[in-house]
Order: sequence, then C-alpha cells, then structure tokens
Amino acid sequence: MSTSAITIKRWAARGGHFGLLAAFVAFSAFPFYWMLITTFKETNDLLATANNPFLFNHPPTLEHLRVLVVDTQFVRWLGNTTLVGVSVVAITLLLAVPAGYALARLAGRWGQQMAIGIFLTYLIPPTILFIPFSRIIASLGLQDSLWSLVLVYPSFTVPFCTWLLMGFFKAIPRDIEEAAMMDGYSRFGAFLKVVVPNCSAGILTAVIFAFTLVLQEFVYALTFITSSSQYTVSVGVPTFLVRGDVYFWGSMMGACLIVSVPIAIVFNLFVDRFVAGFTVGAIK
Amino acid sequence: MATVETRALRKRFDGVAAVDGIDLPVREGEFLVLLGPSGCGKTTLLRMIAGLETPSSGDVLIDGRVVTPLPPRERNMAMVFQSYALYPHLTVADNIAFPLKAHGMRGAEAAERVQRAAAMFSIERLLKRKPRQLSGGERQRVALARAVVREPVVFLLDEPLSNLDAQLRSAARDELQQFQRRLGTTTIYVTHDQIEAMGLGDRIAVLDHGRIHHLGTPREIYADPADTFVATFIGSPPMNLVETDDIITGFRPEQFMPIEALPADEPVRRFTLDVGRVEYLGADRLVYGTLAPPLPPSRVIARLPAGPELPVSTGERHEFAVRERDLRHFDRASGRRVN
Repeated sequence: MSTSAITIKRWAARGGHFGLLAAFVAFSAFPFYWMLITTFKETNDLLATANNPFLFNHPPTLEHLRVLVVDTQFVRWLGNTTLVGVSVVAITLLLAVPAGYALARLAGRWGQQMAIGIFLTYLIPPTILFIPFSRIIASLGLQDSLWSLVLVYPSFTVPFCTWLLMGFFKAIPRDIEEAAMMDGYSRFGAFLKVVVPNCSAGILTAVIFAFTLVLQEFVYALTFITSSSQYTVSVGVPTFLVRGDVYFWGSMMGACLIVSVPIAIVFNLFVDRFVAGFTVGAIK
Repeated sequence: MATVETRALRKRFDGVAAVDGIDLPVREGEFLVLLGPSGCGKTTLLRMIAGLETPSSGDVLIDGRVVTPLPPRERNMAMVFQSYALYPHLTVADNIAFPLKAHGMRGAEAAERVQRAAAMFSIERLLKRKPRQLSGGERQRVALARAVVREPVVFLLDEPLSNLDAQLRSAARDELQQFQRRLGTTTIYVTHDQIEAMGLGDRIAVLDHGRIHHLGTPREIYADPADTFVATFIGSPPMNLVETDDIITGFRPEQFMPIEALPADEPVRRFTLDVGRVEYLGADRLVYGTLAPPLPPSRVIARLPAGPELPVSTGERHEFAVRERDLRHFDRASGRRVN
C-alpha cells in the first residue's frame, strides 16, 4: 500500500472516531439542551408550530422560573427531597457498606447464597409491597410525613447497594487488609484505613444510585404524602404544573433542569473514578 | 530480636490437617526457612505465627511468652506478603509510614524513620510515587522498607521473591540476606524454592503434609536427609534411591562416579550401570541410566564434570561406584534414615 493510501485510511479512521463521539455527545446533551431552551422560551414561541423548535424565535423569558419559584412551593419541595435524599443515602451506606463487606469476606457457600437472596429481594415489584408498607406506615403514625419515605426507600436501596458494594469489596485483595492488621490495626481499623479508601468508586456509585432513586421515585411519595408542603420534587412538579390538560412545559423543564444538572455535574467530576473502579472490579 | 516457638501447633480446614502438630523452635536472630512443596502447610504455619490464622490447637510463643490469643497488632512482627500488599491509594512514603501512624507516631520522627528505611533499600527517589507506578523489584523494596520501619522483633516473609524475574531474584536474595545480617532480626521465610532456602537459611525446616520432616542447617539437610522425602525434595537432580530388601540406599548424583575416577584404596560400593542418555549442561554432564542385575532396575542419575576425561557414552554398560561413606540408608517401610 502506498503512503498516501495509508494517510487517507488514517484520516478516515480518525474521522469515523470523531463522528461517533460527536453522535454520542449530541445524544447525551440533547435532553439538557431541550430542557434549557424550553425553560427560557415564551409559551407562545413554544406552542407555535410554525416556529423553529430548536431556537428562540422570541426573546428569552424568566417567567417560567418565576412561576416555579413564586407560584409553587418548588423551593420547599427541593428542601424536602434533599432531606429525604441525604437521610436515605446515610441509612443505605450505614447498612450496605458493612453488609457488602461481610458478604464479600464470608467464606463458603453460605455467604454466596445469602448474597443471592439479598439480590432477589430487589426483584420483588414495589407494587406488591404497597399494602404491607402502608400498614406499617399507618401503625407508626408516619402518614403524610417525609419520614415515611426515609423508612421505605432503603428497602430498595439497601439490597441493591449491598450487592453492588460486595462486588467492589471482593475486588480488594485480602492481603492488603492483612498487611494493615500486621502493621498495627484491628480488623475494623484495617477496614476503615485500607478497604474503604480503595472502594471509594463503589461507595460513590451507591450514593448516586440511592440519591437518584429518591429524586425520581413517584408512586410511594404520591401515596404516603398528601399535603403539598411535604411533597418531594417528583410529586410536586407534575401535580402542580399539569392542571387538567394544561401543561406548564417551561416551568416543568426548569424544575427538571435544576434537579438533574447537579447530579450530572457530580457524575462527571467522578466519572474517571467510576470507570477505573469498574474495570478494576472486572479484571481482578 | 526475639525467639519464636510453636508447640504442637495444629490447624484443620474442613477436617483436613493443614498443619499437623508442629514444634518449631526459632533462635534469636536466626534466618529460618520453611521449605516445602505447595500445599505442605508452610504458609498456614507462618500465618498462625503472625496471628492471621487461629490455630485449632497448640501455642505460639514469642520470647517464651504465649501469644496465641493475641491479634497480629500486639505481636510486634512485620510481614512481607507474596503480592507485597502495598496500599494502592497511598504514596510510597505513606505506605512506609503506615505502620508508624498505626502506632501513633507522626511528625518529624516518623519522617526521619521513613527516610532511613527508604535509604536502606535505595528507594528515596520513589517516595512520591504510587505503587502502580513501580516495577516488581521496586514494589518488593517498598514492602521490605515498610516492614523494617517499625523495627519489629520478628520478620515474616511469605515467598517475597517469587514475583520477580530470575535475574532480579538472585540480586534480591543477596540484598535480603545482607540486610537481615545487618539488622540481626529473627526472620522466618517461606519458600518452595530450594535454591532460595539453601542460599538464605541459617537453618531450614522441610515440611510436607503439615509436618516437619527435617530441621537443620542447609549442609545437614543436603548431606544427611532425615528421610526419603527430604532426600528427593532437596537437590537437583535429587538423591538416587535404590531399593534392596528392606533397606533403601541413597547417594547424590555427584557422588556417583565411574569406578576409574575413585581412588583404589577407598572402600566403595560398586554398581553396574546401563547408560541410557548423556545430557551436556556446559559445566556438567548428567548421565541417566538403569542399574544392571542383580540389582533391581532402578533409574539413577550421575553428575560428572563435562571435560574429556571419564568418557561415558550412550548405550554402553559401565562400572560406577560410590564411596561407602557417601552412602545413606533409609528404612524401606517408614522412609526414615537408619545408621
């Protein structure tokens, strides 16, 4: 093959590579673009079919954000969601980290079967758990309280995160734990000083999983909570911004944007850690 | 510096004895090697001494004091693992300082000790790196530096050279011995490599099936093996064994020579050998053959110098002999040596 043919081939390969990347970037970024442009578009502009939907045909407006913040209790809902989210994440880590570690280190078939059992609980559809849960919530007197959600959500996050963390803990060689024990730590000290820092990708994944579940969960939040001041974002936004057949698209997209952007930023900050964590787990 | 002793130490895993009643006295400042094939229980024994494994019965003593119930951190021993077990999230300097921090030492004194340990293994320039940026040999040095920094009373080394390539291994062996001699710290070293064991050990304990077959200096173990297992496990090629009646006669390949090479006035035992194959190894020749009748047809090996004297060729029948004083005798039923 001549040198020019090789050069052409190389450029074609590079072009293909960038083309593919560009397609992925467009695919991932488009929802954010759509939320952003809808949030600041006048409703007339948004609904007129003659207008180019990808651009501002009228000047941008802050009206939708004003509706969101002033006319609804969105800020309150954000606070509620954060409270529930942080509590659920804390409970999840408190239970799933020791459980995952124990299952990873528990020798023999017993541990394996228990791990599978824990994973199976995650497969039970939430709708089946409704009736027992509402009985429990009622008998505890937690109806219409955010604490009902703090109690219910860990029932999905703990099994999944236990399973997830178990995989990460298994990837950490026992040797380094034993080395820490020889170097002067107790088993628990070795766990804190050596295992946890080497498992940060797994713990971060568990945190993001638990937090996003709280952000998006709808059915339980709708059922257990009745007063609007106790709503979370996922219930408050569709309840108040869809009135009959009128959709407040601008405000809804604004709410989505405000909730999803921080998560996206956190995820992007740690994305290399995630990838590293997953590949370490895959190879060894 | 300390003495270490195990008394009737046993460990069972699912009913199988990995370590089956071991009494091992380790002297102060000694370099003791635990040698055996894989699965012989040598690593389990080391881990029980370290406190990482709980014995099923028996005791571990340090300086005459029973430490069996104590966790590893209260035994003041340092261990180097086969995988080196460096902490991946810490720099080399923090790895070395880790045992100091665990014992509450910080600041200038800790920094100075880290410097001294790093200097001992010439790894000062690596202190800011992470373990994944190091080569195998460098990792091994970091692991050793981490072990010495706390000035423990005993070093435990679990096949620390097995992950190094052959060239690096002999240099590392040399270095390891030098630093142990300099510190004079009691050292227990596990390996399956007899060259390492012979080269490093003040004494060697040869293990198989959870028992010590022979505890002695490299010279004793090579020249006067306690039983046929030790005789065939040590030496490459191993000791020749010839079974006659209820006695097994053993002799080393290098002591098995053509009759003309032995002085006429020395008492010898003669063997007639049908030479099967001659292997040229540079400095030596290995002569593989079968003993001729009336002896049973045992396969034996002779190691001869490679020079032109003492010609031995394939297919011929040749008179060989061993000095009487080089013969060793073992009981056929038990395999133990008899005099």
